[in-house]
Amino acid sequence: MIPNAKITPEVVKEHGLTEDEYALLLKIMDREPSLAELGIFSVMWSEHCSYKSSRVWLKTFPTSGSKVLQGPGENAGAVDIGDGLAAVFKIESHNHPSFIEPYQGAATGVGGILRDVFTMGARPIANLNALRFGSPDHPKTRHLVAGVVAGIGGYGNCVGVPTVAGETNFHPSYNGNILVNAMTVGLARADRIFKAAARGPGNRVLYVGAKTGRDGIHGATMASAEFTEESEARRPTVQVGDPFTEKLLLEACLELMAEDAIVAIQDMGAAGLTSSSVEMAARGGLGIALDLDRVPIRETGMTAYEIMLSESQERMLLIVKPGAEKIAERIFAKWELDCADIGVVTETGRLIVSKNGTVEIDIPVAPLVDQAPLYRRPYVASPKRAEIKAANVKAAEPLEALRKLMGSPDLASKRWIWDQYDHLVGNDTIQTPGGDAAVVRVRDTRKALAMVVDCTPRYCAADPRRGGMQAVVETWRNLSAVGALPIAITDNLNFGNPERPEIMGQIVGCIEGMGEACRVLDYPVISGNVSLYNETNGQAILPTPVVGGVGLLDDYTKTVGIGLAAPGRALILLGETRGWLGASIYLREIAGWEEGAPPPVDPALEKRTGDLVRGLVRGGTVEACHDLSDGGLLVAVAEMALAGGTGARLDAAPTGLPGHGWWFGEDQARYVVATTAPEAVLKAAAAAGVPARRIGETAAGSLTLAGAGAISLDELRAIHEGWLPNYMS
Amino acid sequence: MRAAVVSFPGSNRERDIVMALERASGRKPVVVWHGDAEIPDCDLIVLPGGFSYGDYLRSGAMAAHSPAMKALKERAAKGVPVLGVCNGFQILTEAGLLPGALMRNATLKFVCRQVHLRVEESQSLFTNAYEKGQVIRVPVAHADGNYTADEGTLKRLEDRGLIAFRYVTPDGRAAPEANPNGSIRSIAGIFNESKTVLGLMPHPEDATDPNAGGMDGIGLFKSLVDALH
Repeated sequence: MIPNAKITPEVVKEHGLTEDEYALLLKIMDREPSLAELGIFSVMWSEHCSYKSSRVWLKTFPTSGSKVLQGPGENAGAVDIGDGLAAVFKIESHNHPSFIEPYQGAATGVGGILRDVFTMGARPIANLNALRFGSPDHPKTRHLVAGVVAGIGGYGNCVGVPTVAGETNFHPSYNGNILVNAMTVGLARADRIFKAAARGPGNRVLYVGAKTGRDGIHGATMASAEFTEESEARRPTVQVGDPFTEKLLLEACLELMAEDAIVAIQDMGAAGLTSSSVEMAARGGLGIALDLDRVPIRETGMTAYEIMLSESQERMLLIVKPGAEKIAERIFAKWELDCADIGVVTETGRLIVSKNGTVEIDIPVAPLVDQAPLYRRPYVASPKRAEIKAANVKAAEPLEALRKLMGSPDLASKRWIWDQYDHLVGNDTIQTPGGDAAVVRVRDTRKALAMVVDCTPRYCAADPRRGGMQAVVETWRNLSAVGALPIAITDNLNFGNPERPEIMGQIVGCIEGMGEACRVLDYPVISGNVSLYNETNGQAILPTPVVGGVGLLDDYTKTVGIGLAAPGRALILLGETRGWLGASIYLREIAGWEEGAPPPVDPALEKRTGDLVRGLVRGGTVEACHDLSDGGLLVAVAEMALAGGTGARLDAAPTGLPGHGWWFGEDQARYVVATTAPEAVLKAAAAAGVPARRIGETAAGSLTLAGAGAISLDELRAIHEGWLPNYMS
Repeated sequence: MRAAVVSFPGSNRERDIVMALERASGRKPVVVWHGDAEIPDCDLIVLPGGFSYGDYLRSGAMAAHSPAMKALKERAAKGVPVLGVCNGFQILTEAGLLPGALMRNATLKFVCRQVHLRVEESQSLFTNAYEKGQVIRVPVAHADGNYTADEGTLKRLEDRGLIAFRYVTPDGRAAPEANPNGSIRSIAGIFNESKTVLGLMPHPEDATDPNAGGMDGIGLFKSLVDALH
């Protein structure tokens, strides 16, 4: 690239700016920009960095609460968990790069979210991920699954952070746009959370970590455009990760953070040196001057444009206290990482970047950030879908349907995936993958954090508002089922092209539903990420607002899993069953019909039921607990049986409900518990005003349905565990 | 028992093994940085799991040439016991302290899961708390755990009782379905000639807590405490 190439309308268009946006740029600059300056506006005003289509709606989320130490706007959010400690977490997408180059795309997604969390001064204690792939029949799917899973494992395993939970769905709407959402949870001292606001003109700006190369230039812009057939030619814009360097960077940063040295710190993620320096300056209302000749470079002949826009991985920007440069140099030298003094905090309010003694970039920071485009895009609400009555849905033999469902792509065991993730490193994983939520111990205390990711995209497509609420309440349920009190969420909003009113309608609906559920549950949003333009040739993904929830256990020894561990225990269903089959897995997999309104969601009812369940778990009244979601009651009991190696004898469906509605309906706010004290459970449920019903008892060896036969656990396991390895081999 | 744990850039299970040693001995081990040419006077040296030097070149290959390893070799030659777990086992084979090599898993994939091991030899510093033939449940977490050696070496290992652990089914049978990485003869861990060095791929340190992974691994650390006081 030539630094001072003529800025033609084509060049502006290549940088993803509209005519109006370019006119605004000219107004701010009061002159024609250099190419490097144009590049900076381009990435800072990309959807990925500016949230220009979603910002007005994101503001409607509840983001405060008594436990919130840091809400959205920093590298990650933080909540108080007592004992002077904070849980720091965030979820982030790496969808477009993972489709183009699955291993590196997914790996660097993990790297980026790890840095967001340790930038805050937190040691990462767990990773999670939410993955969506296209139809298993699509020719690319197998390759993408293999690459993404290997990439996530390859990075997280090496860094030594356990990957403890996740979810994986398959649907043709993701054929051309897979979703790779990665979440990290860390622990920090509540009084030592590091932020990214520049302070103190004269303070030095340090660059630490890996050297800068030409990888990932314009990744943020790529992530803000629709895919076409040509997109795969964009492979050079995918960054390459080095988890070993990340591990060193993590240890070095945490070591430096223990000293009194850092004023501000920000990871160089999307838009690299540009966004990190601009955002630090903007947050502090100050300026930054950088000398690019001092940036550690991996390749020769790099221009200012390339250096500022590179998305090379494993790099951080620090502002240090006067005189602390020496401490930083010593620590980074120990970890054999570059540490370069590349600039200074100024009072100018401008980003001034020079190279070879020449100023190549001179941009006023405040307007670049504050005047970033903000769109209230037109939208149309998604059309309401009709309710489907169970009586109008084909009824199958329950065990035949169970066989089919347990071996279907969405419900089949994902062991093939989590076997490739080190989920045990650190020896603090109390609940491993495969349960309702992972539980990871807070070392040196009796406490633990529970964590989970959830979204049911088919509900969101059928009714965005209800689907948005459901994603939130399902995390609430999963955390409650392991005995945790849900504290806060992070969200990853994955949608199609927001310039289309029907897609914007999905975005608005989901956000409204999520916000409503969060308000009722006192479950604020503390961080998040938006990924739009997930479309290929005009085909959008299902709306997929993934929710990552974190909860707290005061005593990790009190948690229970989903496994049925011994025969002779009573099984009790908590919550009301109406046999809702609309938009259910049964409807899709058995009746071959993706239609109907999704089940109603009532956050207040979820709260009452979740509080009851949490009390039963913490009080030791139940031995196992599982929330009901995809596939309904019979799938839940089958999962409990396989997890613990003990079967069950279940009573017949109650009269007045169609059998398939009872066994496979997806009514919300329900759990199954196993207990030796059924009377105590029924009494507690009655006191809480939650319907409860004894549905059978645990029994060795097989799952038996009164009047409908039995299936051995061996057969069930072969079906459930078999699908994914067979598909991948 | 005074233990020293050598930490390399990229080690990531040193905290796990430090805790396991502390649980068994009541004493916190010293952690030695790889660049240190000296290892303090101690009764046991431990090489922990992880990805030393990012596993670049070959797993364990670069760590085998670090200053701390030079010191470790000298100490091992004098009979100081050495335990290498996972990446530590890889380093010990690369450093020539144990025979054979650890190749990429037969599946070509990283594997993390609980496995069952049969204790093949209880007459050692490391395994005296177990019964010979006892089956224990501990996790593995590795990409390069596929043990191999030439026939002569394997025969020597078998003949002299130098195979410490084998992967087996829960009822104690060596079988392909119980072998997570394709290791020859289901070998999970081996001793050196004098049984003062043990290398194994599984993580007994992650099975030393009743709330996180169970207690089947504690015997290895108790054995050492018993033998070394």
